[in-house]
Amino acid sequence: MPSITYIEHDGTAHTVEVPVGQSVMEGAINNSVPGIDADCGGACACATCHVYVDAAWEHLTGTRSDAEASMISFANGVEANSRLSCQIPVTEQLDGLVVRMPAGQH
Amino acid sequence: MSGEHPARQGAEGVREGQETILIAGGGHAGGAAAAALRQFGWKGGITVIGDEPILPYQRPPLSKAWLKGEATAESLALRPERFYTQQNIQTRLSTTVAAIDRATRHVRLADGESIAYHKLILALGARARRLALPGFDLAGVLELRTAADADRLKSAIGPGRRVAIIGGGYIGLEAAASARALGAEAFVLEREPRLLARVASPPLSAFFESAHRAHGVEIDLGCQVVGLEGQAGHVSGARLADGRVLPCDVALVGVGAVPNEEIAIAAGLDCQGGVMVDANARTSDPDIYAVGDLTNRPLPLYGRRIRLESVPNALEQARQAAAHIVGRAAAAPEVPWFWSDQYDIKLQIAGLPFDVAQLVVRGEPSSGAFAVFHLDADGRVQCVESVNTPAEFMGGRQLILKRKLVDAAHLRDLSLTMKDLAA
Repeated sequence: MPSITYIEHDGTAHTVEVPVGQSVMEGAINNSVPGIDADCGGACACATCHVYVDAAWEHLTGTRSDAEASMISFANGVEANSRLSCQIPVTEQLDGLVVRMPAGQH
Repeated sequence: MSGEHPARQGAEGVREGQETILIAGGGHAGGAAAAALRQFGWKGGITVIGDEPILPYQRPPLSKAWLKGEATAESLALRPERFYTQQNIQTRLSTTVAAIDRATRHVRLADGESIAYHKLILALGARARRLALPGFDLAGVLELRTAADADRLKSAIGPGRRVAIIGGGYIGLEAAASARALGAEAFVLEREPRLLARVASPPLSAFFESAHRAHGVEIDLGCQVVGLEGQAGHVSGARLADGRVLPCDVALVGVGAVPNEEIAIAAGLDCQGGVMVDANARTSDPDIYAVGDLTNRPLPLYGRRIRLESVPNALEQARQAAAHIVGRAAAAPEVPWFWSDQYDIKLQIAGLPFDVAQLVVRGEPSSGAFAVFHLDADGRVQCVESVNTPAEFMGGRQLILKRKLVDAAHLRDLSLTMKDLAA
């Protein structure tokens, strides 16, 4: 099962296993990883599942849809490697993925 | 009415004498409150009491992914079962809170058991409003509030089935979209002259009417249902005031929700169309909070009170109550918001249409992507309804929060981005 490392803003790292087919967001919520709120439950409606994808993994996580891009452009601290984690499906190729969370989602 | 026997507290996994936050209600708000308490550092006991047989779950997918068979019990749950064990949150399912004894700080369950609380959070939600009309107690007349309701509706919808949808609000329209996706026929019977009359602007109502008709949903507006007809005890048609009887195999009634405030009223808490709470989600009893669809809450950004039925409201209030209980600084008030997904249409609404003097439409509704801004008399955005335009939703929400004065002509000008307008 793919392993994903979530790094909180203060540097605390959490490495958890997330089944293929769940989203990176679900992996955090289901494993009590702090720093992702996911208020809308994955409907791409709230932009509170914002993460920064580690440079080494950007090419494997896909690209933002137009809707995701619009949503995330208004998030706090948005960077070029920002993604809404509910829009990143976990695949075998993402085993070892590292994402970082912003200081806050609200 | 003495305090809890220490052995009983031990049996619940709580150390003798440890303070427990009791959450009455295991829905979206109740589940979120439990998680927020731990997130904000509450180290004492937490017990969630829910009358449904399953752990707290998300209701929005019930009318969408769940009906269409695209969700699982796991994806529906707010948190997996192991979350509650790991976070030392006790859960009591299929359990009803029958009364609150404020004097001794206990709740009494339906079976007579008494449970002590240090603080109580009421998260009892709302139930679907029932119509006291002939035939509404026939088999096959359904409502949509719980996962059990959704399962009943799901088994009744399929190719060739005909669904009567009474009420053209979000429940009815989302169910209509799901019914069509499943190959069923659907017709919507709405009492008002337009769909979503209580909650949406006329341009938005018109857009959704057009979209649903384009997907083959029949819509009757200004339509009064006077009863349901049945055969062999099962619903077979909807009878209208004009005498027509429209055949159906199943009927869904989505005509609003009623807060489950009865035990709060009986306990003497202030209630007016919901349990009255302040900006910290606290009731008229300092040891009792209330969150979610149950409550009548202040809206600091609008200078009034309202009972607000939405997931973001449930989450905000859950965080308010948890923060206040642990002594954490209150968060800034959030702009109320809401979303609905029907077919390939994503509707996002920020704010509420209070004190609206002018509607400004940005974009072309016939293109399928547009937004309706609601401005007050001074030119501040009070509300924005966004159809497939997330930038208008996010930017509009910032405009509402900042109380920024806007120029209607600028809002209409698509060469100006929402980033520019909201800056």
